[in-house]
Amino acid sequence: MSDAVKTKVIQIIAEQAVLEPSDVKMDSTLESLGIDSLGLVESIFAIEEAFDIQVPFNANEPSESDFDISSVAAIVEAVEGLVKEQA
Amino acid sequence: MPRAMNRVVITGMGTINALGKSVPETFTAMAEGRCGIDTINVRDVERLSVQIGGQGRGFDPEEFFNRQQIALYDRFTQFTMLAAKEALAQSGLEFHGLLADEAGAIFGTAGGGVNTWDENYRTVYEEGKNRVHPFVVPKLMNNAAASHVSMEYNLKGPSYSVSTACASSNHAMGQAFHMVRSGASRAMVTGGAEAMLSFGGVKAWEGLRVMSKDACRPFSANRNGMVQGEGAAVFVFEEMGHARARGADILAEVVGFAMSSDAADIVMPSKQGAARAVRGALRDGGINPAEVGYINAHGTGTAANDKTECAVVADVFGSHADKLMISSTKSMHGHLIGGTGAVELLACIMALRDGVIAPTIGYEEPDPECALDVVPNEARDAKVDVVLSNAFAFGGLNAVLALKKV
Repeated sequence: MSDAVKTKVIQIIAEQAVLEPSDVKMDSTLESLGIDSLGLVESIFAIEEAFDIQVPFNANEPSESDFDISSVAAIVEAVEGLVKEQA
Repeated sequence: MPRAMNRVVITGMGTINALGKSVPETFTAMAEGRCGIDTINVRDVERLSVQIGGQGRGFDPEEFFNRQQIALYDRFTQFTMLAAKEALAQSGLEFHGLLADEAGAIFGTAGGGVNTWDENYRTVYEEGKNRVHPFVVPKLMNNAAASHVSMEYNLKGPSYSVSTACASSNHAMGQAFHMVRSGASRAMVTGGAEAMLSFGGVKAWEGLRVMSKDACRPFSANRNGMVQGEGAAVFVFEEMGHARARGADILAEVVGFAMSSDAADIVMPSKQGAARAVRGALRDGGINPAEVGYINAHGTGTAANDKTECAVVADVFGSHADKLMISSTKSMHGHLIGGTGAVELLACIMALRDGVIAPTIGYEEPDPECALDVVPNEARDAKVDVVLSNAFAFGGLNAVLALKKV
């Protein structure tokens, strides 16, 4: 897992959750960080902008999406995959 | 609360939407369960990730309007004018003297002249021009449709536009209902329109990530979002005695209306807020819940709306919720945003008048959280006497109308 992606994703999530990056753990869930559905789509937008990627995410079927949002670690991994794929 | 003074009936209706360029065409399509959603034809469509919508097809403005009118009418005004022409012709009502002084046009739209905004932003931002057409402002303003209808039909009373996102038309028609019921006017022209299927209009919705890329499947377990539509529907609301005295064909009676605000979240629906509007409309119309045979659902096809709406119906109607029918015609014409309640009122009138319940098409998998009779995929013949039309907007603004057979 590249540290650059991880650091940036954590920074985005921390900003959304109004927390310090150090408070965002890899096993945290967005829910546990207090990020609601609007916060989630805003985070995804920020991730797309930061990495210049398209994230396949539909708020109506989060579990059907190829983009795993079940934890911070899952999001970092998914972003890494998309960065590689869309490079 | 003051008692209703006057009874309010509908004596004219008109429409243009993805299902047809008139009410008969739309009714036929609804009865056949036809889908009006398809690939959209808009400039730069290849840059959109959502490329489907319920677009007014085969609609050529030059067929209906002269050059001067086209210069002044945004697409949402064009839709309104066409629908108004059909509605006013059916009602046979003409506005002169005192009636003209009382009567007005109240129309819902969320975006107003979206295409005009879009085209002119292109001109100044993309093409770098420093000059725009002189009519940009009168063309894009949200009240343009209401104003042009007032001018065309000599309506000199209160006319205005109502903008409450997806509930705009229901709020507008509720205002018109109040005007006639209170005795302030003997007739009002009302309804709503939207023409948001432009690059900017669709792109904005994409951002929220609630749109489906393939179909609108309300209440189906595999639903994956809403699909935009466009068009208009217009109605003539008239005091019952006035309509009877001139021998007008009465299409339905508007008996109740209620509004509520969730005061909770800017996008997530609230069961309590929506339920207060539904209960309010029943109370306002003096309707026993067991009388309601059909509900035209807000039914957007999003995960959140549909399950909340079904919970609302179960809560308000108790055991009767399993007996009534509820369908979302957005599955056929798409979500017309500020115009949607107006087009959906047509399905309510079809149910009362023709005994045909428009289906929820695209229904593929039962969802235990939407376990009501959603009239899946095929229209149904059924006699109903009282119907409701729900609209629950972003911003938590709810508006529900109740209609009765006459």
